[in-house]
Amino acid sequence: MRLRGLLRASPALILTLPVLAGFAATVWPALQTGAGFAALLDWPGLPRAVILSMGTGLGSTGAALLLTLLILAALHDRPVFRWVQRSLSPLLALPHAATALGLAFLIAPSGWIARALSPWATGWQQPPDLLILNDPWGLSLTFGLIAKELPFLLIMALAAMPTTATRRLQLAASMGYGAVAGFFLTVLPALYPALRLPVFAVLTYAMTNVDMALILGPTTPPSLAVQITRWMTEPGLSQTDLAATAALLQTALTAVALALWRGGEVAAARLCHTVTLRGLRLRGLDGCRSVVTVVAGLMGLTLTASILSLGLWSFAGLWPFPNTLPQSLTLTAWSNAAPALTATAMTTLIIAALATAAAMAVTLAWLQAEHLFGWPQIPPVLIYLPLIIPQICFLPGLETAALRLGATGGVTSVTAAHLIFVLPYTYLALSGPFRAWDNRIATVAATLGATGARIFWRLRLPMLLTPVLIAAAIGVAVSIAQYLPTLLVGGGRVTTLTTEALALASGGNRRLTSAYALLQTLLPIAGFLIAVELPKWLRNRRFGKGVA
Amino acid sequence: MKNGLQLIDLDVSLGQRRIVRVTADIPPGQVLTVMGPSGSGKSTLLAALTGTLDPAFRVTGQILLQGRDITRQPTQLRRIGLLFQDDLLFPHLTVAGNLAFALPPDIRPRAAREQLIAAALTDMDLSGYGPRDPTTLSGGQRARVALARCLLSNPQALALDEPFSRLDASLRAQIRTLVFSHARIRALPVILVTHDPEDAAAAGGPVVSPNN
Repeated sequence: MRLRGLLRASPALILTLPVLAGFAATVWPALQTGAGFAALLDWPGLPRAVILSMGTGLGSTGAALLLTLLILAALHDRPVFRWVQRSLSPLLALPHAATALGLAFLIAPSGWIARALSPWATGWQQPPDLLILNDPWGLSLTFGLIAKELPFLLIMALAAMPTTATRRLQLAASMGYGAVAGFFLTVLPALYPALRLPVFAVLTYAMTNVDMALILGPTTPPSLAVQITRWMTEPGLSQTDLAATAALLQTALTAVALALWRGGEVAAARLCHTVTLRGLRLRGLDGCRSVVTVVAGLMGLTLTASILSLGLWSFAGLWPFPNTLPQSLTLTAWSNAAPALTATAMTTLIIAALATAAAMAVTLAWLQAEHLFGWPQIPPVLIYLPLIIPQICFLPGLETAALRLGATGGVTSVTAAHLIFVLPYTYLALSGPFRAWDNRIATVAATLGATGARIFWRLRLPMLLTPVLIAAAIGVAVSIAQYLPTLLVGGGRVTTLTTEALALASGGNRRLTSAYALLQTLLPIAGFLIAVELPKWLRNRRFGKGVA
Repeated sequence: MKNGLQLIDLDVSLGQRRIVRVTADIPPGQVLTVMGPSGSGKSTLLAALTGTLDPAFRVTGQILLQGRDITRQPTQLRRIGLLFQDDLLFPHLTVAGNLAFALPPDIRPRAAREQLIAAALTDMDLSGYGPRDPTTLSGGQRARVALARCLLSNPQALALDEPFSRLDASLRAQIRTLVFSHARIRALPVILVTHDPEDAAAAGGPVVSPNN
């Protein structure tokens, strides 16, 4: 009974309490004296940082969502769509930091693209003095965010597609509507409500992320979230008021952006309604199909080339500009880094495994309780709370609160902090397949005398092995990608592949940075591979290849 | 030019397997009933007719509608109205919004559109239902809105995909009569896919199997 009570309280304990208490503790110093307000207003970078936060956030989220919808609308019935679907899982597994680093090594003035085009097309013998990376308007950051969030939004949208989507589209087509218009007018209204919270999570991340902004974003001044992190992690307590006030501002900005977005939703819905009432068929919109195909292909190509460039750099020997490929390949970077790299990878994996195990236990127990005791689903607002309140606005307070309660800021604390972000994803990933399981199997088994526990362990879990492993792989990928929770809650003493890759990124050693970033990418991809292949292997072993 | 809908040596195959083989001439106002067990190719024939076949299928022969060869045309240009077994009313639109969606855009201004929508509702015994949320309607009312919506798009033929199978017995006869009488009044050729012999009897026209 006590266990059941604990489970019942777990979403509040894991998701709500840390976020709200952490938020209160983070912004409290700002409200105490008010000194931080003057200091913040005195910071000359403030206007630009605010504009950057809003611009990169709203711009990248708007573009990523529009592209997601256009890909679904224009390509869903095309053969190329199978390619899109197949590439989504591995692309989703890419950590933010590694994606940003790979992109940086691709588009920098001395990056792979410049090398491939030089000197024959550009005439460059030296890397040109161009501010492509860290451009003051955050364009490369915006592009990186679009590329990174596109696979996530596509996966969420595909999972939320209404079951009647195909017939709605056929109906619209039979009345003369273009494919794109038919999608936006008949499918999107049913799809969007389920997509809203994921989009809000993307918008919050895009506005307030630190990991991608450190690598791709502007530097003087940086975006607001990066600056807050600097103030928060500065030794001594001199900047506490300032940082807390800035965190408050960041929260307000996020709220304003979400409200603006909501206004945009209403305006878009009005527009669609007007088009509907006038019966406009808009077949001309279907002309965007080839453009959408090209853009989607370029996005996939960019992500792939980014990761390839990490791989190439980590094995590169001498690689002078403007050679397209290194003069030789060597294991030097890997072997030099091996001892530290192994230790860091182990820490990363231990944290990911523990956080994912805890998240999976809570997820499975809750879903089973929904089934057995008729518990309600965990409300989406609770699930998305840690993803919609900016990390930088509650993690610093969470750390100080945890220290006061006697936490040591070691691996255990970091694991607990990761759990806040892993649990939403494991629950979201597993709840659909878990609820879709055919309960008549349980009924048949019960009439054969099987207990509830036996049905769960011997029937339900084995039958749901693939979705369970995929949910776990997503959990591992989410944990490995975490930057701020590791940095802030770990107090700088817990080093993972992510924090190390970002620390190295500022140092300019491309080979070493690439090795860390590549390993950071390979671990979650390996997780997805295991999740997909292990069940197949087990089935083949049981039934022999011919049957399965 | 020949009126109505003609299927001339229409063949649909997937790889080596022939799934559909139909030749038929459906004059305006007549119903061709396609019957057969599940898996016999009924839905493939319907998809070939509406232009929603997966590209993996190969189509030979011709589909002529009012003399137009529509065999390779996209769904948007065929002008074949569709009724499914669910009414598929859009829940985000009012009843009138659902009908406005179907009404061609060249009917203007707004007052003229509203007038036609009101007339269509009266025609279906639903006057005053325009502002209603479709989810608050009864099954029979929803079926009538779906029919009105289909007809307002001004189709030249109807394709019916077991449209009566979800209705209870008393409603079924009523809606069936309504659909067929509207098709006759507007002189629309109809293809009805069903597995219910009563549908076929009520339709009165020839009955074929999708692959003879």
